[in-house]
Amino acid sequence: MDVKKINELFKKELKVINLGLDSFADNLRKEEVEVLAMDWKPPAGGNERLISLLDKL
Amino acid sequence: MKKIILRKNAYYDSVFLMLATQALKQAPGVREAVVAMGTEVNLALLREIGLLAGEGESARPNDLVIAVDALSGEAAEEACRIAEEILKRKRHGKGEEEYRPVSLDGALRVFPEANLAVISVPGRYAGREARKALNRGLHVMIFSDHVAVEEEVELKDLALDKGLLMMGPDCGTAILNGKPLCFANGVRRGPIGLVAASGSGLQEVCCCIDRMGGGISQAIGTGGRDLQDRRVRGRMMLMGIEALKRDPETRVMVVLSKPPAEEVAAMVLARLEQTGKPCVVHFLGRKPSASGGSIRFSANMEEAAAMAVALSKGEEYREISRSFSNAKMATVAEAEVQNMTSEQKYVRGLFAGGTLAIEALALFEQEGFKVLSNVRKEPGLALRSPHRSEGHTIVDMGDDVFTLGRPHPMIDPSLREERMAREAADPGTALLLLDVVLGYGAHEDPCGPLGETVASAKTAVAGRGGYLSVIASITGTERDFQNIAEQKKKLEAAGCLVLPSNYQAALMALHVIRKANTRWT
Repeated sequence: MDVKKINELFKKELKVINLGLDSFADNLRKEEVEVLAMDWKPPAGGNERLISLLDKL
Repeated sequence: MKKIILRKNAYYDSVFLMLATQALKQAPGVREAVVAMGTEVNLALLREIGLLAGEGESARPNDLVIAVDALSGEAAEEACRIAEEILKRKRHGKGEEEYRPVSLDGALRVFPEANLAVISVPGRYAGREARKALNRGLHVMIFSDHVAVEEEVELKDLALDKGLLMMGPDCGTAILNGKPLCFANGVRRGPIGLVAASGSGLQEVCCCIDRMGGGISQAIGTGGRDLQDRRVRGRMMLMGIEALKRDPETRVMVVLSKPPAEEVAAMVLARLEQTGKPCVVHFLGRKPSASGGSIRFSANMEEAAAMAVALSKGEEYREISRSFSNAKMATVAEAEVQNMTSEQKYVRGLFAGGTLAIEALALFEQEGFKVLSNVRKEPGLALRSPHRSEGHTIVDMGDDVFTLGRPHPMIDPSLREERMAREAADPGTALLLLDVVLGYGAHEDPCGPLGETVASAKTAVAGRGGYLSVIASITGTERDFQNIAEQKKKLEAAGCLVLPSNYQAALMALHVIRKANTRWT
């Protein structure tokens, strides 16, 4: 089992992309973690048929 | 008077929407209010409570619905005005200048050094985003639940293939490099590394370690199904163990899980034996096996912490020195039951943390009590309705049945407050057993409102000639922003007994319930 990348992460500063609850990004900033909060929205307006088409593409 | 407003293409996250809903419900003259995205589930819910009409019918998952039922037209107008105000504050509060990419690729273009994606979008979309993140080389934590187990297996296989962390789905907490993620507490750094298939359990053990003077290197969450479900087969647990084995900062390991599947537990233990590092294992709901080799089994979560701290200091583990000895517990129990009526016999455990509920339940069961719970699925042990207690009852109020369309009780204490009032009205209730979880993600002052509810529940029972015992523990540390000492004071001022750990609170409750059930015979 190759866990090299995980052990490398343990030695680095966390740099986080946050998708979803904004409060999680806010809390990480309070801990001086660099965070980029995405303006996440359901893909294809939440239309299931379109999403599965998009995934196939 | 009902008023329904639709905002096209205005997406807000679920915690924000729940808090907005709570704020509207408290507005003057409002009978019912919902602020939600137009998903199928939400529209069905709105229809059921008679709050879906007009343009609301056409809402899509990306559209915001504000629905209010108020005593008058003016009250409905005012509530909608409040809602608009809250939404406006949210938009402006984020700062217009901050760039918020709408796609992961867009995010990586401006932030190519990112190494972790934290995903808390609705469950049906979480797997899709996680797959993208893993494929772009990011470690992933999925906080969201409602992700199918097949998708979990697929994502974890992808992560294994790429050598990346895939924590979750339904991973509520983790601490990486000293940084608390999602629901997590501020803890000292040190040589103890943890991997856990249990959110509130991991928080409890981390907080106990901190209180006992120990420190944490990494705390990896795997999601609750990792060991429980044979299909997941401990994939992330095994990977976490391997990573901690190779981590020079980790000298002692702790492995924690909700009740695991037998063969998965065996596999995990076999792997632990090969690490060459001392390990403490706690599998909830299973009697500890005899410790052997480098593995020690603990009887409860507090003991797991104590064993790990002793090992990390190179000391031999001795039984935890408790501020409440058994003798003291017996004396306190005697005093607690003094003014109870002969009808008051039952424990009613109302928990926000699922694993904390399981730990209390296991203790009562070990001591021969039949306790009904929504945690149990077996006939005869499962509650007929999670909303109604029968005899001795322990409820996990973070369960889906309670949180659908409502905030988790760690965020919003009101759901548990309502239940506490109902338990106090039941003449059979002798004792309320509670947990409080502090840290990021949790309510900013949980013991403020909880203390008031404890006080009024006690007054209600005293009013009919009885006495209500209330026992709690607080999962938190001095580093948590809620200030654990202040929180404890608020509960104690209301007459609640506050014990240092969930296990000790359950043990104290056990003493009181035993006494309450034997003193009249």
